[in-house]
Amino acid sequence: MLNWTLALPEIVLGVSGLFILLGGVIPKKESFFPVSMAVIGALILAAVLVLGQGEGTAFLGQYVADNFSRFAKVLILLGAALGLLLALDFNEKAGLGRFEYPVLMLFATLGMMVMVSANDLMSLYIGLELLSLSLYVIAAFDRDNPRSAEAGLKYFVLGALASGLLLYGASLVYGFAGTTNFDRLADALSGDDVGTGVVVGLVFVLAGLAFKVSAVPFHMWTPDVYEGAPTPVTAFFATAPKVAAIALLMHVLIGPFGDLSAQWMQVIWVCSAGSMILGAFAAIGQRNIKRLMAYSSIGHVGYALMGLAVANDTGYRGVLVYMAIYVVMNLGTFAVLIAMRRRGRALEQVEDLAGLGKTDPAMALWMAVFMFSMAGIPPLAGFFGKLYVFLAAVQGGFWTLAVIGIVTSVIASYYYLRIVKVMYFDAAPDGALDARPASLTVVMASTGLLTLLFFLFPAALIGAAQVAVASLAG
Amino acid sequence: MYVGAIFFPLLGACLAGFFGRWLGDRASMWVTVACMALAAACGLGAFVEVALNGLPGVVPIVTFIDVGGFEVSWALRYDTLSVVMVAMVTFISTLIHIYSVGYMSHDATVPRFFAYLSLFTFMMLMLVTADNLVQLFFGWEGVGLASYLLIGYWYEKESANRAAMKAFIVNRVGDLFFMLGLALTFWTFQSVEFAAIFAGVEAARGVTFLGMPALEVIGVLLFLGACGKSAQLGLHTWLPDAMEGPTPVSALIHAATMVTAGVFLMARMSPVMEYAPLALAIVTVVGATTAFVAATIGCVQNDIKRVIAYSTMSQLGYMFFAAGVGVYQAAIFHLFTHAFFKALLFLGAGSVIHAMSDEQDIRRMGGIWRKIPITYAMMWIGSLALAGVPFFAGYYSKDMVLEVAYAAHSGVGSYAFLMGLLAAFLTAFYSWRLIILTFHGAPRADHHVMEHVHESPPVMLIPLLVLAAGAVVTGFLFYPLFVGAQQEPFWNGAIYTAAHNHVLHDAHEVPAWVPLAPTVVGLAGIALAYALYMFAPGIPGQLAARFDGLYRFLLNKWYFDELYDAIFVRPAQYLARAFWKTGDARLIDGVPNGAADLAVQAARGAVRIQTGRVANYAFAMIIGLVLFVSLLLYGAR
Repeated sequence: MLNWTLALPEIVLGVSGLFILLGGVIPKKESFFPVSMAVIGALILAAVLVLGQGEGTAFLGQYVADNFSRFAKVLILLGAALGLLLALDFNEKAGLGRFEYPVLMLFATLGMMVMVSANDLMSLYIGLELLSLSLYVIAAFDRDNPRSAEAGLKYFVLGALASGLLLYGASLVYGFAGTTNFDRLADALSGDDVGTGVVVGLVFVLAGLAFKVSAVPFHMWTPDVYEGAPTPVTAFFATAPKVAAIALLMHVLIGPFGDLSAQWMQVIWVCSAGSMILGAFAAIGQRNIKRLMAYSSIGHVGYALMGLAVANDTGYRGVLVYMAIYVVMNLGTFAVLIAMRRRGRALEQVEDLAGLGKTDPAMALWMAVFMFSMAGIPPLAGFFGKLYVFLAAVQGGFWTLAVIGIVTSVIASYYYLRIVKVMYFDAAPDGALDARPASLTVVMASTGLLTLLFFLFPAALIGAAQVAVASLAG
Repeated sequence: MYVGAIFFPLLGACLAGFFGRWLGDRASMWVTVACMALAAACGLGAFVEVALNGLPGVVPIVTFIDVGGFEVSWALRYDTLSVVMVAMVTFISTLIHIYSVGYMSHDATVPRFFAYLSLFTFMMLMLVTADNLVQLFFGWEGVGLASYLLIGYWYEKESANRAAMKAFIVNRVGDLFFMLGLALTFWTFQSVEFAAIFAGVEAARGVTFLGMPALEVIGVLLFLGACGKSAQLGLHTWLPDAMEGPTPVSALIHAATMVTAGVFLMARMSPVMEYAPLALAIVTVVGATTAFVAATIGCVQNDIKRVIAYSTMSQLGYMFFAAGVGVYQAAIFHLFTHAFFKALLFLGAGSVIHAMSDEQDIRRMGGIWRKIPITYAMMWIGSLALAGVPFFAGYYSKDMVLEVAYAAHSGVGSYAFLMGLLAAFLTAFYSWRLIILTFHGAPRADHHVMEHVHESPPVMLIPLLVLAAGAVVTGFLFYPLFVGAQQEPFWNGAIYTAAHNHVLHDAHEVPAWVPLAPTVVGLAGIALAYALYMFAPGIPGQLAARFDGLYRFLLNKWYFDELYDAIFVRPAQYLARAFWKTGDARLIDGVPNGAADLAVQAARGAVRIQTGRVANYAFAMIIGLVLFVSLLLYGAR
């Protein structure tokens, strides 16, 4: 059965992407801004459709729509829309105001939506490649800048390797289990005796996906790409694709490979611990704030994977809550980083924030909120994100992992608080930053308020995550 | 009314403290004065109701600690003892608030001062109306805090800060003993409620703690606690330094009310103390010695406020030995009259200081009595009362104290009587030395100061007049009630006198020379002061030169401060420095510093992996993959 109406959000997004592309090509003059607006409109339309989406499988079991995919898609669409909003002003000023940028983001988002709804290794790969191809291009979007080109190339080479690993893993699984469909895989792997080939295939698939979430030891591309790519691109990298990849990882591990949890738990355990440790230590010496955020995102993925390593519903719920809060905090932080521009020149060093507390108190305040939240200081949102995964780890008896998490979050708070210290206690070197555009203020204030006031209404998010997890495990 | 007397001062303190900036100086002054006046009205009403009409009661407020059998409720205990204190404290505090309106009018942070003063009054009232030892301790600490804040009120002065810290720290030493006493009381009686303690005394007489009778130990510990607050010998060194605070503070806290808390504690715990004869003997000896030592020091001090401070300490000694021989009534009586004339003396001294442009050294005064006649008269009345000249308040109470010491017919009692007589002589001497040096003789201040000598404004003089009236009449007015024929119905069981204790009764039947003796030595002291300072002003200098050693010994306050400095302060500082340098800086800081260094090293290592070469990155991925595959294939099975 095709049931294609279930995939209406993706179809609408894809078709509008084609139309927008057409609309961007025809006019003679540069059409970055209208195209961006159209893409944001399309993303919002898709989000509305996702909220009204039914449940079930479509395209002969290739595609699934449920509460879990709905949760992830809303988060992805929100992240993508805000990420595009962040790029509006920056791209104009940096000479990157070309209409292909929003269109590429749209297709990347489409790829992510396909990923989270994939119910087959084939559709999984299609979604993942659609995302990856779009990301390769926008990483190198500032093509006259060697660093951006280098970032795109590195990402492409390593991404191709990861894709190869994933495909090889998928073929191993198909060869040993006889199917690529998730539901039938789950049935095939439910027995006690699972072949070695399936386990090796699982590890290869895992490696391919871990590359996307930049978990240790598949994280190596992250600092270079984050640093080299234009800042709005980095912001996009750090948010929506991370959610999509984590959601996909959860979907794959809990669905078809649910009965192999004893195996993959160990892999995720190592990835989680390694990511937390690396994220905490490697960021300490960074002076480039984008590189620092790269390590920070590696660390955050480590915390999120802690919930997955526990392999129970509390843990999964913790992962979803963590990712939602992570997206909000990161968008806000990148809004601040994108606003770092003095006399027309974009700045990327931590020292460039010096004296911000005096020259732009509002922005400094939001940045402080984001930094404290990332460090996990109550009552900000980041604290609750950590709280739920730590809780799950402790309840599940994963004491070592919980202790590593707490120790590394103490270490990590050093570099977050250092930024606060630089902003408030160091003297401004040469004058205030340029006035920031309204779009950034909107993103900063909205994400800042969410981070600040999350503790007043945590039930909405936690309830939604609970429902999503229920549909995943059931 | 009962609650109002306690909580109006708190209201005033909160209004002035939190809204002072908004209210402004004048409004916050008068708002606290108004609150205090209301409290005083309530206090007097309560006095009539409870003490004169004989209707004691307990007003429960709330239970505030309830932990496994240790229950402490917050209630106001209104019996004659507490209501005497409530009436006295609210009344004198009101007068001092009014006086402060004039005295502090040029200060920069008036609302803060009045907030502290009202807060102090509230805490003192909590102390005296406590229904259990914990609540009493709360008030006890509260007045200590307020005293600290007020001594250090002029915090930009180094000496004021030092004095405030000294007062606080020395008091903490006393508080430690108080807390031990409190704990032992709970251990002995399984309760800290006064009602339960007093009911359990009979049963507790046989209880021993570490081989000693528990009641004796409790008595000694509580007395040591009282020593800190009431500046008895050993823990007295903070009181003279506390004169760094504004003069109204000295009058209220360090003369009339807070320092008498120790005496109050003895009277409050009288049911226990009555069965602790050894503790009582210690109280008597320490009290008597304090009375004498403080009086000797007072004879040679040159700061007008310090002289009065030592006089306070000496009078506190009287109160303690009265309590020590078992006549708490006499102690409270002396406390009561003393509050009036000592507050009068301090406020009078404040008026003099005010007139002399903040000069406090009596060697640079003199010859001003015609210019400030009212203050002069007030100082005379205060001194007459202090010296125990007949028919002034001090005469009745001090005579009573000395009579009970004589009537105790015990060794310590006789010692106390002797010391008390000597101290009475010295008291009269230094009081008139103070008056003569301050007001008479040739002016020793420079002419700028002398030109500005002026009488204080009415807002300062009226409280003086009221207190002077008190210093004259409280003696004969309250003598029958406190210690005379009507004392039993008056106290109504608030002070316990054991069946074997007849001292108060005997005191009314001492030989005729005993009541006369204090008056005689007092007059002799006055005469000597006149002889030395008025008629032959050369002699004191010659005496000081002749008995140089003695003079220095007294001038340096028996070297108590130097002794403590050598025994406690220096070693403590040395020890603290040692702990700081090695314990804290090396060991405690060493661990996190070492961890931080480790983190930096780890960070360097982590960054070094990041070479920037794609081949290395791909290699790391493959290695990771191999690691995971081998982990699953070989590790787990």
